[in-house]
Amino acid sequence: MLLLDIIHLKTQFPTQDGMVKAVDTVDLQIAEGERIGLIGETGCGKTVLGMSIVRLLQPSTTIEGRILYRGRDILQLDEEEMRRLRGKEISMILQNPTTSLNPVLKIGDQIAEAIQLHQKLGKREAKSKAVEMLESVNIPDAQRRADQYPHELSGGMKERVMIAMGLACDPSFIVADEPTKGLDAKTKMQIVDLLREATAHKSLLIITHDLGVAEAICDRIAVMYAGELLEDASSRLILEEPIHPYMQGFINSLPSKGLMPIPGTSPSLIAPPHGCRFHPRCSRAMKICERRHPEMVEVERGHYVRCLLCA
Amino acid sequence: MRLIDVQDLKKHYSSGMINKQYTRAVDGVSFFIDKGETLGLVGESGCGKTTVGRLLLRLIEPTSGKIVFDGVDITGLGRKEMRKMRPRMQMIFQDPESSLNPKMRIGESIAEPFRLGLHGRMGKAEIKERVLELVDIVGLNPEHVNRFPYQLSGGQNQRVVLARILAINPEFIVADEPTASLDVSVQAQILRLIMDLKKDFGLTMLFISHDQEVVRHMSDRIAMMDRGKIKRIESAKRA
Repeated sequence: MLLLDIIHLKTQFPTQDGMVKAVDTVDLQIAEGERIGLIGETGCGKTVLGMSIVRLLQPSTTIEGRILYRGRDILQLDEEEMRRLRGKEISMILQNPTTSLNPVLKIGDQIAEAIQLHQKLGKREAKSKAVEMLESVNIPDAQRRADQYPHELSGGMKERVMIAMGLACDPSFIVADEPTKGLDAKTKMQIVDLLREATAHKSLLIITHDLGVAEAICDRIAVMYAGELLEDASSRLILEEPIHPYMQGFINSLPSKGLMPIPGTSPSLIAPPHGCRFHPRCSRAMKICERRHPEMVEVERGHYVRCLLCA
Repeated sequence: MRLIDVQDLKKHYSSGMINKQYTRAVDGVSFFIDKGETLGLVGESGCGKTTVGRLLLRLIEPTSGKIVFDGVDITGLGRKEMRKMRPRMQMIFQDPESSLNPKMRIGESIAEPFRLGLHGRMGKAEIKERVLELVDIVGLNPEHVNRFPYQLSGGQNQRVVLARILAINPEFIVADEPTASLDVSVQAQILRLIMDLKKDFGLTMLFISHDQEVVRHMSDRIAMMDRGKIKRIESAKRA
């Protein structure tokens, strides 16, 4: 069963230098219970894609296309309808807990706020549900922690609070934006385990540039570059048999795979390269790549690639 | 030849007035680094590895212990003597943006060591030439020289930091998680650049990271740190 169907999504926002085409015609389907990793480097548009789904973007942003959630286009909902959906059906675990948590509110109260809003519970009941949520994300001594402020918690603890908040109203679909950013190796693995268990029967879109994290949690990985998807396949295929030269280069640049960098830098999203957006950095670029923009094609069952080498 | 020799280095912090609590951030570490060698220092966050890096350059004062740099015990040096030592030892920080003056153009930042007369008096034209030379060495374009840090990416700013360090021409570098805030493919570019520069300029390095794989690529030997102590030091070559 399809839970979320993103069709021709285009998200742009104006800047002094011109229109930033952060998400440029993205199509992505997420089934009920499916967990997808959205991989890409800084500035490729992956966070904007996540924010488009929960509609938490600046008013100046323009969104085109459709995002069907259980068949209903959430881009057509008014603010009030969206507010009822957000947090309850679709929730987002924002990146950087240090800046996403309110520094002057106790963490228990911050979690209780969402519960009170959506579940019509009294203050006291919401608070005890918040403590339960903290326990469920393995925060020891949850009763005491609930009365603490964000600055009293470590980075890993704060990430757990963010996850507890995202799960508080038992949503069907969760967007998690860089949940392991800035955590050391051991804490990172704990957060990965927690996310995997907590979302076992849910749909998840996890935004990350850490392939290991995506592999550990996700069934499928979609690769984003300069506002569009370049490859989409099962986690195993993406990691072991990547087809797009960008993805191959990405994997070769991992310290464990040889630390071989991709030459050049990520392109501008204001004026992306003509033809294939990766061609200026591609070791296998052909003459035609400068002119023709490749379409996404299914090269084998469930393995989609946007590259003229496969066309 | 040993360039760095650290003996029983300790840094303890205390907090509270009545109920004083002590944190042993660095609790008696000893190691050496040979000339031209890279020693990797790995451990989880909070294990004290950054504190060791800062102690080596005397950005913070040790509680006790000895740091010998090129035969001189620098723990005993006064401010003036230490000032003379500083250009010989430099640090690359995790976050390049906060290492650069946001109000200075990239070219000015790189020119600063020349303008301060670190290598004798230099004319404007000569400084400009040297800056462009360094910009080229670290893989930036001449057009970047007139930009401000906020106009460059994290990877480009880390290149600027490297160019400025090369302008100082140190012998010893402490690199503290220099790619922790960068993307994987940019990380690979910057680490490759650091490897090349190290070889070309004959640098000695302490490379601090929590990423075992990264440290293995960068180092000759690796020191494992845990709760203020070095547990073991081993060769980085894979068995």
